[in-house]
Amino acid sequence: MEDSGQPAIEVAGLEKRYGDLEAVRGISFSVEPGEIFGFLGPNGAGKSTTISMLCTLVRPTGGTARVDGFDVMADRTEVRRRIGLVFQDTTLDDYLTAQENLRFHAELYGVPRSIVGSRLQEVMEMVGLWDRRTHLVRTFSGGMKRRLEIARGLLHSPRVLFLDEPTVGLDPQTRSHIWDYINVLKARESITMFLTTHYMDEAEHCDRIAIIDHGEVVVIDTPAALKASVGRDRVQLRTDDDEAAIAALGERFGLEATVSEGEVCVQVVGGEEFVPRLFAELGVPIRAVSVARPTLDDVFMRYTGRTIRDAEASASERNRNNVFVRAGTRRG
Amino acid sequence: MTDIQASATVASVRVAGGTLRDDLRAVSIVWRRELIRFGRSKLRIITGLSQPVIYLFVLGTGLSSIVPASAGGNFNYRTFMFPGVLAMTILFTSIFSAVSIVWDREFGFLREMLVAPVRRSALITGKCLGGATVATAQGALMLVFAGFVGVPYSPVLLIELVLLMALTAFVVNALGIVIASRMEQVESFQVVMQFVVLPMFFLSGALFPLNGLPRWLSVLTRLDPLTYLVQPMRRVVFSYVDVPPDARASLAPDVTWFGWPVPVSVMVLVSIALGLAFLGVAVYQFSKPE
Repeated sequence: MEDSGQPAIEVAGLEKRYGDLEAVRGISFSVEPGEIFGFLGPNGAGKSTTISMLCTLVRPTGGTARVDGFDVMADRTEVRRRIGLVFQDTTLDDYLTAQENLRFHAELYGVPRSIVGSRLQEVMEMVGLWDRRTHLVRTFSGGMKRRLEIARGLLHSPRVLFLDEPTVGLDPQTRSHIWDYINVLKARESITMFLTTHYMDEAEHCDRIAIIDHGEVVVIDTPAALKASVGRDRVQLRTDDDEAAIAALGERFGLEATVSEGEVCVQVVGGEEFVPRLFAELGVPIRAVSVARPTLDDVFMRYTGRTIRDAEASASERNRNNVFVRAGTRRG
Repeated sequence: MTDIQASATVASVRVAGGTLRDDLRAVSIVWRRELIRFGRSKLRIITGLSQPVIYLFVLGTGLSSIVPASAGGNFNYRTFMFPGVLAMTILFTSIFSAVSIVWDREFGFLREMLVAPVRRSALITGKCLGGATVATAQGALMLVFAGFVGVPYSPVLLIELVLLMALTAFVVNALGIVIASRMEQVESFQVVMQFVVLPMFFLSGALFPLNGLPRWLSVLTRLDPLTYLVQPMRRVVFSYVDVPPDARASLAPDVTWFGWPVPVSVMVLVSIALGLAFLGVAVYQFSKPE
């Protein structure tokens, strides 16, 4: 059944122009079968345009893309048979029940009638909506609708599931539940997932990430490798005498420290090993210390020269993340 | 939120696409969706009836009092209006169904259909037939009032009327989908009503005889596709009621093309051809790649 060695998605020099606007500027990458591949970038970077081209909804103006071995231009129907889609905006019929929405999909995709019933139950149970199958979709919350769309996207056993911002507009708790479902999915169905996100913490769930900015792929690697490429951990101190601490850090460790928001901040390789030495050798009383591993924010910063939130200019996100770092929580 | 169920291995599903059977399945499910949605909107069914009923019994009765002379003897003007009001029911219901594509686009469901591995022609045909079925059902409900306006409940007459209504519904749905393909937003619906639906309705002779009209108006009535559906319905009704000959001549005059009286069969053929042509344009509009 599984084609041997053939990439699930293979993209070469793909581009899309709208008049003068180059939405996607000749990107290339390939996704292995069974992988969760994330497209990370700010809104307007070209993520949705790329996904639309891979789903045969938008025609590329240059380059090629193959999904499960089929060309998105030449073999559109073949590609469509093999993909499942979960869009950013809901594409359910509010005036049908959950079950009717799925049956509609099964008929359109020609799922054999003999297995529709069992398959329907299977996917609806997986997203925890089997009990609500006879309810009209308009009575569903945003999170339930998204889960129903995921179930629907899987109904015809696609080889590749595309998820365009699968958690956008959902509250944090629901977002994390959606990720639980995606991870279960990965374990249970031999399926490749291609998703876009502009949430850094969500990109951590991916096997590999492509960072996309201004229509170009800046870098592709695993989250761990990307963070390792940034290298140094960030150590933040609160001391009784910041100036003396900065001077001591310079003299005894050869580190250049800065003060931000009342904390002394240095970047070192192996932050955790550095802390004991710090207490032993600094000579200035330390009141608190925190170590932060490089995050994908740092990775994004390194490769694009700005934070994703600068690109997004989303104030609420910025606040939440500051709290996160200052609490000394480590990620990754 | 419920626990995540971990169970059962997943059978791989063979997904079809491209064969005639797949396309017929697509036509069928899109058609069924229209019926499900219609059956669920009781309010829409009732409001869809209220307008024609008001036209028939209020406007029809009012006009009866001023046109008895031309109608001759005891002829009931509401009998004249009945086929026009049937056409009106079909017209309004059909346009509403067809334009619901714009709602589908707005709420995203259209995309669910457009990315499926089936031909666009199958989706559009299903939509058109679904809308036509719904409108015909709504029109058939109006037949209940036939006896109140002097039209007999003859089975053959009723069947002929249902068939003509189905044809009308098909033509108007196909036209409506063409219009919907160019509509960007739901708000444009008012514009469509003002500039397409109401002119079509009034020019078709649904409410007044196409007789002794000034030349400009007479030309316009012959350009209206609905004319070739309202007139056959009226002929059918008149063949079952007792109408004085002079009243018949003034109320149901022949539609002429450059002096040639167009037979009912030709009007029906013209309508079928128009319906198929509209459907072809609609399919073309929705098949254009982005």
